Amino acid sequence: MTPSDPNQAELIRNRQRGRARVMALLLGAFVILVFAISIAKIRAGMPH
Amino acid sequence: MTPATPLLPPAHWRDFLALTKPRVMTLVVFTGLCGMLAAPVGVHPVIGFTAILCIALGAGAAGALNQWYESDIDAVMRRTQKRPLPDGRMDRQAALHFGVGLGAFSVLFMGFAVNAVAAAILTVSILFYVLVYTVWLKRRTPQNIVIGGAAGAFPPLIGWAAATGDIALLPVLLFLFVFLWTPPHFWALALFMKSDYAAAGVPMLPVVSGERTTRTQIGLYTIPMAAVAILPWPLGLTGAIYGIAAILLTGWFALLAVRVARRTTHADDAMKPEKALFKYSILYLFVMFGALVVDRWFA
Repeated sequence: MTPSDPNQAELIRNRQRGRARVMALLLGAFVILVFAISIAKIRAGMPH
Repeated sequence: MTPATPLLPPAHWRDFLALTKPRVMTLVVFTGLCGMLAAPVGVHPVIGFTAILCIALGAGAAGALNQWYESDIDAVMRRTQKRPLPDGRMDRQAALHFGVGLGAFSVLFMGFAVNAVAAAILTVSILFYVLVYTVWLKRRTPQNIVIGGAAGAFPPLIGWAAATGDIALLPVLLFLFVFLWTPPHFWALALFMKSDYAAAGVPMLPVVSGERTTRTQIGLYTIPMAAVAILPWPLGLTGAIYGIAAILLTGWFALLAVRVARRTTHADDAMKPEKALFKYSILYLFVMFGALVVDRWFA
């Protein structure tokens, strides 16, 4: 997509920025959750 | 569905959230959580949280795929025409990729972090909602929500399986309870949203068979639903807290259902009894599952 309208370009940039932030937060939370799951399973002696 | 889709700017992240039907998800998450908490064995809080997260993501994926397939119907119905796809805020392909990706992730993560039984039931529930209800039944038969209602009945089973790795009689009864609760709940909605469904060409029971049949069916389905709701108590699967709550709450449900069943619609009818039954049916499900957990934990 190559928008000629500057407003449209700004809208696209804002949307991309917002999505990138949400994705970063979700990935960070996912990493923490996987770490917590691993610890929980190790402590419970469960198979990984 | 549409032959040519105009190029859209990337959708806002809130539109992806809306695609997951967050309101429906709350009921799914709550019944799944109660199924887990009612299980006789404890589950590690992190594993339990992960199981509920996977149920929520699976439900969100099913909701997204449902909206992807039904965007043409949603565009016609007032209740749904502001959703991201019919409102033109999102590209159809993005919705499809999001739904498939989220569904696959929820199942794989459930299998990795929780257990294979819960992952298998989650898979069945997503496929049932998308393929059996959305694609096959919804546009073809007025029995769509009777059979399709099974999709929404899986979460207590998944929650129980997440805790125990197995299935027992109580979660099966909970499955049957939600399954039998679905027709009166949706037909009450369909009675006061009839014109919307008719405009969209969805063969809901009031559209195809008329209001009289729908009202009778609401009354008839309430009978087995009430029996299954109370049954865990006499079978000794729950204690008196659940039993008494089930009798009182189900009794009130039955009164509202009988009121709807015996009525006929007048000109300029505000459909208050139907709206009351619909609203109460949601509260009823929440409180019944809440009573189950209170009974298990405090009795």
